[in-house]
Amino acid sequence: MAWKRKDLLSMQGLAAAEIRAVLDTAESMKEIATREIKKVPTLRGKTVVNLFYEASTRTRTSFEIAGKWLSADVINFSASGSSADKGESFLDTAKNIEAMSPDVVVVRHKASGAPALLAKNLRCAVVNAGDGAHEHPTQALLDLLTIQEKKGHLEGLNVTIVGDVMHSRVARSDIHGMKTMGMTVTVAGPPTLIPPACQELGVKVSHRLDEAIAHADVIMMLRLQHERMQAGLIPSVREYSRVWGLGLDKLEQCRPDVLIMHPGPVNRGVELSPEVADGPYSVILDQVTNGVAVRMAVLYLLAGSKAA
Amino acid sequence: MSVTLREKAQVLDETALDRALTRIAHEIVEQAGGVENIALVGIKTRGVTLAKRIAAKIATIEDQKPSVGALDITLYRDDLGLKAEQPVVRGTEIPFPIKGRTVVLVDDVLFTGRTIRAAMDALMDLGRPRVIRLAVLVDRGHRELPIRPDYIGKNLPTSRRETVAVMLREHDGVDRVVIQEPSE
Repeated sequence: MAWKRKDLLSMQGLAAAEIRAVLDTAESMKEIATREIKKVPTLRGKTVVNLFYEASTRTRTSFEIAGKWLSADVINFSASGSSADKGESFLDTAKNIEAMSPDVVVVRHKASGAPALLAKNLRCAVVNAGDGAHEHPTQALLDLLTIQEKKGHLEGLNVTIVGDVMHSRVARSDIHGMKTMGMTVTVAGPPTLIPPACQELGVKVSHRLDEAIAHADVIMMLRLQHERMQAGLIPSVREYSRVWGLGLDKLEQCRPDVLIMHPGPVNRGVELSPEVADGPYSVILDQVTNGVAVRMAVLYLLAGSKAA
Repeated sequence: MSVTLREKAQVLDETALDRALTRIAHEIVEQAGGVENIALVGIKTRGVTLAKRIAAKIATIEDQKPSVGALDITLYRDDLGLKAEQPVVRGTEIPFPIKGRTVVLVDDVLFTGRTIRAAMDALMDLGRPRVIRLAVLVDRGHRELPIRPDYIGKNLPTSRRETVAVMLREHDGVDRVVIQEPSE
């Protein structure tokens, strides 16, 4: 087995063999979801703490289900209504949680690098469930699993990521993971939302949607956060939607076997029209299903090894 | 770190291995009194191959092929966390209900019995078979749990330091069983 790390903090720096180890394990985990009794005893007696300093339903629930199906005890800690509100520092909270001997801490934080700080200070395994605009590695892994399942392979595929790449940790993790797996990545969006140093990551940049999606095997639409408009980065949501949103008309210019993906939650009618989000090319719900399998794989690989 | 093994003796050749499987197939059919209710479940990896071969033999005896499934016991092991890294999870494929059926677990070598313990737990999570039986190509002794096979290809007294290697055409290009020992 290629996995030897104590933590999962980023896609950047993961080798293809490590990504492959997670995907292969996740594929095997999918069978458990089809059972009448969805539980295996693998992580019995292990404790997983979800330490979420930012709102999240999908990711937190996904980690919780993943842990429970593997028989781990899963504890959810959200920052609101907790000691964090009383002014306890991030590290103090984490140290206190560690004193209760968890095996894995899953952390989401608005500050980039928060999970890495924890990993350095805690003996248990740490999983980054999204840190600021840095990375969201389990999302990239579930995206890769979904693409591999639908296309049969990863290498050589063209992926276009559309929207607010600048502020997107999903885009960053996807780009690193996809490049490592030998895929060609194009990012497209208004210049204000595309980071200037993007090309250094080895991606192509396009400022025209039609040209960016014409040859794509996979189109990843990113969520437009409402606060971007207040920051003056786009003229209006309506204009953004008209130029950068994906509707049925634009879908006609795509490859007939294109996959439409979205990390969720979808702004219906902004980046995706409802017809596309619910249409036959959309694999958005497969992504959610695969999210549980990928997180089971990550918990298995991290929690079971002696290092944890 | 890895110990090199040298071959001490050949236990079964191609013909003997095939005969052992033929006999097991007959015994399974005889005891079950028919094929309808039998499901053969091989334990990954070589147990699955053996289960397929036994199923093919049963099909020639009874004109009907029993269901064949594949079981991966990794998630049910009792030694997880004792090793430096996690064993590879290979996935279970049992695309039929096992409730009420006679399930014959098939593995290549029976040793401590811990794999079979895990396999039984894994099966129970998938349903409630009427009965679970155990077929092994080689029983090499040294049980650590109260587990006993119902169908045995070859009883083989071994010492603990020896290894029994089952080689099958599908994986190793040849059908034979050998005893190996560490070469110092």
